[in-house]
Amino acid sequence: MTVVFALLAGITLGAALAAVTLRNLVHAALCLAVTLSGLGLVYVSLGAEFVGLVQVLVYVGAVAILIVFAVLLVRGTELPRQRTSHAPWLGAAITILLSGVLIWAVLRSPSLRRDPAPAPLVTVRAIGERLVRDQVVSLQTLGLLLTAATLGAALIALPRRGSESDSHPPATP
Amino acid sequence: MTPLTACLLLSCLLFACGLGAVLVRRNAIVVLIGIELMLNAANLNFIAFWRYGPRPESLDGLLFTLFAIAVAAAEAAVGLALIIALYRRHRSADVDAARELQG
Repeated sequence: MTVVFALLAGITLGAALAAVTLRNLVHAALCLAVTLSGLGLVYVSLGAEFVGLVQVLVYVGAVAILIVFAVLLVRGTELPRQRTSHAPWLGAAITILLSGVLIWAVLRSPSLRRDPAPAPLVTVRAIGERLVRDQVVSLQTLGLLLTAATLGAALIALPRRGSESDSHPPATP
Repeated sequence: MTPLTACLLLSCLLFACGLGAVLVRRNAIVVLIGIELMLNAANLNFIAFWRYGPRPESLDGLLFTLFAIAVAAAEAAVGLALIIALYRRHRSADVDAARELQG
């Protein structure tokens, strides 16, 4: 484990913890962007430069910005207290238990203790050829899925005609 | 500690952060952030096993991650649209506000 990886992992984990614990939602979204950029750098350090670039473009450039927009649309960036679920201790216990089991399994697994293969040489040309030759059906399906998701998101978010939001009584507090 | 183990441990901890956010927090946007963190932990696993696996020249892990990133983008768009619709209806982004289907 190199110093670079340790540094990146520390930044990523710290930002992830901040993203899920901060009360200000804009700060949480910006911490999420830091986490995603850190993961992109981890991908680059693992030799997957193209995936790191796509991660920064798609996640930091689109998803994190979408979340910031949603925070600004859904006013009230500062959360009041007592906004946890009815049984937060149960959720925390499940989380700690599951992560403990996962970490125990990773540390105990004998199949992970072998010398890594030499780093492969990955060109964008090779990835592109695989994408448009072997995986062309998946690629087209993905395009269809993205189109359908965009249309569906627009339809869901549009206000319904005739039943404007003010006609709905607010939920009981 | 081998590099693969280090990557898997980072992935475990990221997944735990996301799962904790989904189970404990009640704001829909924080829940969505948790889901994104869990998806990214899975992607990191794909990349780590591709790089340190027996056949890194096959590119399968890379391609799977690319597809997963694209699907996650679609998921985020639909999820945020749902949050905006929920907010418009209930004036709150609290997932406990949507309980019509409970009867």
